[in-house]
Amino acid sequence: MVEMVWLVPVLPLVGVVINGLFGHKTGHGAHKVAIAATGLSAAVALVIFVQVVVGASLDRDIYTWVAAGEFAAPIGFLVDPLSSVMMLVVTVVGFLIHVYSAGYMHDDPGYPRFFTYMNLFMVSMLVLVLANNYLLMFLGWEGVGLCSYLLIGYWYEKKSASDAGKKAFVVNRIGDAGVLLAMFLIWRTFGSLKFTEVFDGIGGAKAVLMRPSVLGLTLVTVICLLLFVGATGKSAQLPLYVWLPDAMEGPTPVSALIHAATMVTAGVYMVARSAPLFNLAPTALLVVAVVGAVTAFFAATIACVQTDIKRVVAYSTISQLGYMFLGCGVGAYASAIFHLGTHAFFKALLFLGCGSVIHALSGEQDMRRMGQLKEKLPRTSRTFLWASLANAGIIPLAGFWSKDEILAATFAGHHYLLWALGSAGALMTAFYMFRLYYTVFEGKNNVDHHAAHHLHESPPVMTVPLLILGGCTLVVGWLFGFPPDHGLYHRFVGSVFEEAGTAEHAISLVLTVVLAVVATLIALAGIGLAKAWYKTGDNPAPARFAEQFRGLYTTVLNKYWVDEFYIAIFVTFGKKVCRALWGVDAGVVDGAVNGAGWLTVAISRVSALFDFRFVDGLVNRIADVIQGGSQSLRKIQTGVIQNYLLAMSVAVLLVTVIYMAMGGGR
Amino acid sequence: MVPLSHYLVLSAILFGIGLFGALSRRHAISILMAIEVMFNAVNLSFIAFSRYLPQSQMQGHVFAVFVIAVAAAEAAIGLAIVLGLYRNFKTVNVDEINLMKW
Repeated sequence: MVEMVWLVPVLPLVGVVINGLFGHKTGHGAHKVAIAATGLSAAVALVIFVQVVVGASLDRDIYTWVAAGEFAAPIGFLVDPLSSVMMLVVTVVGFLIHVYSAGYMHDDPGYPRFFTYMNLFMVSMLVLVLANNYLLMFLGWEGVGLCSYLLIGYWYEKKSASDAGKKAFVVNRIGDAGVLLAMFLIWRTFGSLKFTEVFDGIGGAKAVLMRPSVLGLTLVTVICLLLFVGATGKSAQLPLYVWLPDAMEGPTPVSALIHAATMVTAGVYMVARSAPLFNLAPTALLVVAVVGAVTAFFAATIACVQTDIKRVVAYSTISQLGYMFLGCGVGAYASAIFHLGTHAFFKALLFLGCGSVIHALSGEQDMRRMGQLKEKLPRTSRTFLWASLANAGIIPLAGFWSKDEILAATFAGHHYLLWALGSAGALMTAFYMFRLYYTVFEGKNNVDHHAAHHLHESPPVMTVPLLILGGCTLVVGWLFGFPPDHGLYHRFVGSVFEEAGTAEHAISLVLTVVLAVVATLIALAGIGLAKAWYKTGDNPAPARFAEQFRGLYTTVLNKYWVDEFYIAIFVTFGKKVCRALWGVDAGVVDGAVNGAGWLTVAISRVSALFDFRFVDGLVNRIADVIQGGSQSLRKIQTGVIQNYLLAMSVAVLLVTVIYMAMGGGR
Repeated sequence: MVPLSHYLVLSAILFGIGLFGALSRRHAISILMAIEVMFNAVNLSFIAFSRYLPQSQMQGHVFAVFVIAVAAAEAAIGLAIVLGLYRNFKTVNVDEINLMKW
């Protein structure tokens, strides 16, 4: 069955073809095709996953995709514990979100188009995680970027949505350039792009890899940093995170699937996949860890003051992705991927919960116009609470186990400053999650009358996926993560990274427990503060606090002016450069071309003059002469028969006279 | 006996009159008549040569009879053409029949 892994991406592809080509026929039945495709794909993935658990694996080329000289890239799939975990998370979460979308998007005019894009995204994401070489992975990588663009700009009539799509695409391009350059270097060093061949070749190529290249960094460090540039783009890390908050312009299921659960984790997956390379580059690992920790802290601060319900969750996603990179950076790849998996469940749940609230309030996204929705939306509020607790890291929910492992590994790796940043981020995580929860579901009722009139719990097609994801959020953490670092999950996936030669920092049981208690206390402190400030909805403390630290508050509220900074530095400056280059183009390049054109015209004029005057003149003169001669000759033909007769007679007479004069025949 | 030259001179005079008529008359039938005069001038010279030349054995007579027969046929055709002309042009004045002009 594990050989049938190609079915996993191909099934959604069938959905793409059906809905893409026959969307006008499937119309409002498009979800049936799309859900069936992803559902079957998830079923196949589940079977394969079970087989991998009992020991199966696969690394097989199906087809030679590119062959040029020595260069060859196959279409091939690699099934090992790492990719099978990713595959399972992607298909299961993807399937649930597809079901939810059928309810959320039910009256949208672009229904088949939406499901075509969603299925195309599933195809690309599965190609990304199942590929057995960098190039095929890059194909999936670009594919998910494309789908992200298409789905963020899904409501393209809205200027802000199409702008957000373009922004996401352009920012991702910067990262993609890094991945491309890294692939070039890998090809040059190893002569292959296949994961197994590259990682097996590390021993042989060590001398080359450790040779200093650019800026005194070793070659392997350069490769890893370039890969990480790609990861910061795709996974929304500093400094390329700016597209993700804007991506919330897309439909909410898209935010849940692409911008929370799957696509944005691609960068983490790639770093974990390239672990054998990163392990040789401590500098690169340190950069990954620092960027991750700083992003986790930085995004959490912004999330504390946002008022758009989806943007809070979006910044939370950036922050949680930061934790994953922190985990990778300190060598706890398995924990990072574990956090990726648990995060996929609870963040998808949070986004779908947001979607349910937005749906109930007829499109309202500003949390200042919500409140006391707990009774009206019982299922949504209950699952949202679970997800918030999980995100805040409360035992025994999903987020606790994975985040705690990452922080413990950071501490054990003696990165105390990064641990402090991560813990401060965790405090804010708990705070902003419960600020959101209390403001939306409890506190004061600020729903406007029009929306209140239509207020209703979402239909089962939306709440059932919520409940299933909620169940997973409650269960997956302790089921797979207990005891820490030795649970079911670690015994399964850990082998991949042990083979990669990851340096694990041993950590004593006592320290583990102490750190876990500290983390829990931090989370509870955050929740307590949020409860005190927002539970009743009329506590003046937050406003007073904001007043007291006005400068800081304004800075954070404006997201540190990063967007404005980028626009000023890159966009405006870039435009100026382009304008200058355009000037060169218009003046010099066009000038040369136009000059050549002008010269040709001038030469042609002279040539034409010669043609007209001389060649044509010669022909016309000849014609004139002949015409003139004919004009005088035609006068002879009078039409009077007697003239002819006279001429004939005279001629005969003349001939006779001449004949006689010459002797008359004698 | 009247010498041969007298006949030939008469024949030449008649031919000249016929030629002048054919060239100067405007009426188609007049032209036909002038041509008849030219025929007969030629006939006269044929007969004269036949009578006066020693080795002659009636060739001149036969030719004259041929010419008369051909002239009769020519007159019939000529008159038919004149009739055709008249039907088409409502005139038999050759000056006015000049469709073949440039």
